[in-house]
Amino acid sequence: MIPELGNFSLMLALALSLGLAIFPALGVRTHNVVFMRTGSSLALGIFFFMLGSFFCLLHAFVNDDFTVSYVANNSNTALPLPYKISAIWGAHEGSFLLWTLIMSGWTLAVAVFNRSLTTDITARVLAVLGGLNVGFLAFLLFASNPFERSLPFHPQDGADLNPLLQDFGLIVHPPMLYMGYVGFAVPFALAIATLTAGRLDSAWARWSRPWTNAAWAFLTIGITLGSWWAYYELGWGGWWFWDAVENASFMPWLVGTALVHSLAASEKRGVFKSWTVLLAIAAFSLSLLGAFLVRSGVLTSVHAFAVDPLRGVFILVFLVLVVGGSLFLYAFRGGLSKNRANFSWQSREAFILSNNLLLVVSAAAILIGTLYPLFYEVVTGGAKISVGPPYFNAVFVPLMAVLFLFMIFSPFSKWGDTKLGLVLNENKWWILVVILGVVTTSYFFGNNVFFYGLLLKSLGALILFFLVKNLLQRVKNLSASYIGMFLAHSGIAVAIFGVVITTYYSEGKDVRMEPGDKLDLSGYQFEFFGVAKVRGPNYLADQGEILVTRDGKKVAVLRPEKRFYPVAQDVMTEAAMHVTPLRDLYIALGEPVGEKAWAVRVNVKPFVRWIWFGGLLIALGSFITLFDGRYRAMKEKAAKLFPLGVAT
Amino acid sequence: MLFVFLVSRGTVLASIDAYPFPNKELTDRYEELISELRCPQCLNTNLAGSDAMIAQDLRREVHRMLIEGKTNEEVLDFMYYRYGDFVLYNPRFDLKTLALWLSPFLLFILSGFIWLKTVRTEKETLPWEEEDEKKFNEILESRSD
Amino acid sequence: MSFQKSLFIPLAAFLAMTIFLGFGFQLENAKVLPSALIDKPLPNFQLRDLQSGQMLRSADDLIGEVALVNVWGTWCPNCVIEHPQLLKISREQNIKIFGINYRDNNVEAKKWLKKYKDPYAFSVSDDEGTLAIDLGVYGAPETFIIDKSGFIRKRHVGPVNAKVWKEELKPVVDYLRGLEE
Repeated sequence: MIPELGNFSLMLALALSLGLAIFPALGVRTHNVVFMRTGSSLALGIFFFMLGSFFCLLHAFVNDDFTVSYVANNSNTALPLPYKISAIWGAHEGSFLLWTLIMSGWTLAVAVFNRSLTTDITARVLAVLGGLNVGFLAFLLFASNPFERSLPFHPQDGADLNPLLQDFGLIVHPPMLYMGYVGFAVPFALAIATLTAGRLDSAWARWSRPWTNAAWAFLTIGITLGSWWAYYELGWGGWWFWDAVENASFMPWLVGTALVHSLAASEKRGVFKSWTVLLAIAAFSLSLLGAFLVRSGVLTSVHAFAVDPLRGVFILVFLVLVVGGSLFLYAFRGGLSKNRANFSWQSREAFILSNNLLLVVSAAAILIGTLYPLFYEVVTGGAKISVGPPYFNAVFVPLMAVLFLFMIFSPFSKWGDTKLGLVLNENKWWILVVILGVVTTSYFFGNNVFFYGLLLKSLGALILFFLVKNLLQRVKNLSASYIGMFLAHSGIAVAIFGVVITTYYSEGKDVRMEPGDKLDLSGYQFEFFGVAKVRGPNYLADQGEILVTRDGKKVAVLRPEKRFYPVAQDVMTEAAMHVTPLRDLYIALGEPVGEKAWAVRVNVKPFVRWIWFGGLLIALGSFITLFDGRYRAMKEKAAKLFPLGVAT
Repeated sequence: MLFVFLVSRGTVLASIDAYPFPNKELTDRYEELISELRCPQCLNTNLAGSDAMIAQDLRREVHRMLIEGKTNEEVLDFMYYRYGDFVLYNPRFDLKTLALWLSPFLLFILSGFIWLKTVRTEKETLPWEEEDEKKFNEILESRSD
Repeated sequence: MSFQKSLFIPLAAFLAMTIFLGFGFQLENAKVLPSALIDKPLPNFQLRDLQSGQMLRSADDLIGEVALVNVWGTWCPNCVIEHPQLLKISREQNIKIFGINYRDNNVEAKKWLKKYKDPYAFSVSDDEGTLAIDLGVYGAPETFIIDKSGFIRKRHVGPVNAKVWKEELKPVVDYLRGLEE
């Protein structure tokens, strides 16, 4: 009964979405204010029914209702409760339900926080969001319904959630990621609304900024969590693989980063407006493209969902309608406002332009690399080629190095024109000191010095130096958006250190160890005590015990596991870690290689935590900008409606 | 990212072989090679990240060749001869990959041109001061409310 | 309304990409890796004969006429599925099938051949998968066609059934035999 209720809820939400796509737009067309204002209540209705439907699936999972195929395929009575809940978004159908729920949430948020917009624009924005809701709900209902039953012959127990996903990382990673992906629908809808209205002004940019920053912050957290999860869960200590599906999330992030910056220029100086609209369309389009790549099976990836051709066709058609349609609109209407290019090559506008161009070129390069094997196969009729991390690193890292170079001086840049020569001249000794500092510390810490690493670390250090120096100069006059910029840019510098140091100075060994064997690595001694059998709630495990000492003093006892999940018939490596801010000790258990000997992987990874700490700083900075005085009107309204403070 | 639902279960687990090498240089080269060679059977994992039978065998071959004193290039050639372009995560620069390798470079050049065309080199404008920014914002506020 | 051609660039780029995506979507055999060894000579090897367990076989033993080379193992479920078809081919088509017993236990493999019958002229034990690697094999079953000079002319990944034999393999065998006459 409850699953049917969930299904019915979805249908009602679809009906209301159709209403939302039609009535406000009709109101705009006929200048009927009553119709224009139907949007808010319709948005509330859609969200209500989506939430209802979500709770119905939750109910099915919590109560082990294996008559629902989706539950039977992704849960089990022995599965711990938190994983039963997160299993809702553990596979295609349920994760798309979450996606659509989040979409309706953003739609409602727009309907609530629309005070600074005219009725006309609000109606247009909501109509666009309504249209997107229609597409997602139709896809959910007709191509991937999570409420489908397997009556009358349903399994007695479920097939269990994929063990890789039975983990805290999976509980939080997809919701954050979807908040970001779907959040880009708001600046997208606003761009479409302004294009149709023909009013590409600075007010539009000002209104778009908090939404973009919020969505971008969520996407940043989502990507960061995904990277962290891959690091500890896949058992080989990598944190980024340039997998097609990772790229699918990284491209909208890069374009979103460009958008965050160009919106600032559009708002403050009225420049780049046409370009900014295009970025807003591109960021959301790339989110949709990502969904297509992940869910259609067109690209082979370890992380892709199970393949279903119908779904692929559906998303491709949707993609053509939404992206093709909006780019078509852009082609005819995007040139409405002439840019007043009136800035020098060393102005903040020029800096933002370089940021935008470099980020878009990087995103384009990643897109080309990701799709090239597919293009190649189509053109040659079946020949295969691989494009992997070496290509992406070779292309992406130099582009970023140039970007970081521009970033260094961004805190001191001024709209219109900057006296860059003056800034350089004032700081030339400092710059020298910072670079020398980086070189000498690198020399002391590592036995090898790498030019590329030194270059990137110097750039990171200089970014930090100029940020802090600028902060000290204007410490009495800090706005939320300045603090946000400060944190986000510092986050980049922190992540640079993390990436460079862990890439160049990590040490690792795969060794055969018998009880009593010792291994020396990076000044640590690892002593293997052997392996014992342990039992978890839904798995059996071989658990190794390794004592780590440094200079004879105990550092930690680490217990990596090799788990066997009988229901899923799957083996999982559970790495054990000892974490400090400056390094991770990372141990994974391989296979038994002899009577009592095991293959063991030992890694010492300096500064690896800085990567994710940097990511979180970036997201935090972006969230803080939402509290800027300029958006206070929206904040007050939010406080009134949600006393506990729901993020916009 | 969305690391959801592995199509081929159990193929991305850590693979740990414990092959002994006489020195760190060889160990590093081994790590490098198995990370940039793609497992031919798996969906999208390198030799280092796969427990598939073929990945185990190919790691053993890489180890054997390195111990025999083969260069990285010879190891890559060995794989290329047998499995084609597919096994190389680092695509070779040739006619087939011309567009792949050149397009980012061309886009970068193009973006440089766009930048130069957009900015003004001569100082026709006065710097935008904090004061101006405040005024600008005030005008904006008054207009939109 | 100002009309600028450059504004059409994003639309054009997107449509071009979509056309490729649409085609890419229809690609068949997405998981089959084409062989890099087509038209190259059969790699040489020194492996034990499975049945005798003693006699060493080399590539020369396979060369001389158009033949099939089949990679199989007892651990491979699809090998059981294709086995009757291989028996049928060896019985009816007057063509030799050579087996490469890939990464297997010799005792099990012999039992398996007794149970399901043996279509192979002979099989060699490729215990470590070295010959399989030289052939660019990445799973089992795989089937190759070699010509009389020992060049690899065709490769099929996955089980051979009546349809595959009729539509993919037999035409190649007939063509190669036609060349000999």
